[in-house]
Amino acid sequence: MLTTYLFILLATFAVASAVATILSRHAVTSALFLVLNMVSLAGVYLLLKAQYLAVIQILVYAGAIMVLFLFVIMLLNTDKEESVLKQISLKMVVSFLLGTAVLAQLLFAVAGWTDTLPMISAAMTEVGTVEAIGDQLFTRYVLPFELTGILLTAAVIGALLIAQHHNKKGTS
Amino acid sequence: MISLPWFLGLSAVLFTIGTIGVLIRRNAVVMFMSVELMLNAVNLSLVAFSAHFGDVHGQMLVFFALCVAAAEAAVGLAIIIAIFRNNLSVDITKINLLRW
Repeated sequence: MLTTYLFILLATFAVASAVATILSRHAVTSALFLVLNMVSLAGVYLLLKAQYLAVIQILVYAGAIMVLFLFVIMLLNTDKEESVLKQISLKMVVSFLLGTAVLAQLLFAVAGWTDTLPMISAAMTEVGTVEAIGDQLFTRYVLPFELTGILLTAAVIGALLIAQHHNKKGTS
Repeated sequence: MISLPWFLGLSAVLFTIGTIGVLIRRNAVVMFMSVELMLNAVNLSLVAFSAHFGDVHGQMLVFFALCVAAAEAAVGLAIIIAIFRNNLSVDITKINLLRW
């Protein structure tokens, strides 16, 4: 019963902070609400007994990626936009309708398959521990794991190269 | 234990909010954050399926997706900085160099 209340609480936090992310006027506010969203999603992962991914979610997303976002927002010094709610136009209405269509389709897909899902046993939920993940990671998935290192190195070098300031004429 | 459709419903709602965010915002950084929201929603449904079916491979996929998302965020933000340097704006309605 407690897990149900926790789920409702975390889901409310996640949805509310997601809405606040896309609606807030300043980019920094958006970023901080996104951090709240990530943290509540990590709580949902804990409810699903995926401890490792919950910790990784906070470390990688709330720790690393959002700091990157905040640094970029600081570098760009964008002004406060006009509130999204004040610039309602045809484009926004169409966007909202498209979003509703996407939501309806997803919920229809979820609702259509609920009775075919299997019942849950206690043993089924014990796969999210660090032992289970690490066991797979260093045996079956060791090659993708090493390739991830190469990918991250390439991404860092590429990001440095793209964001570098060029002083040569013509390239600016 | 809460049943699987609740988690999938939450994932669907978050994904939709991300979609609407990409469509209605003009600030490139906030659009990028909305893309991260959508990525997270998909990760949530993967973890939910993985936990309910007792299959660890879904969580492995989420792990690799997180790594790719980190790389993607680094490169994407670098691109946004480069665009800002050329246009002095991250408003996507003003970035129309390739517009016909």
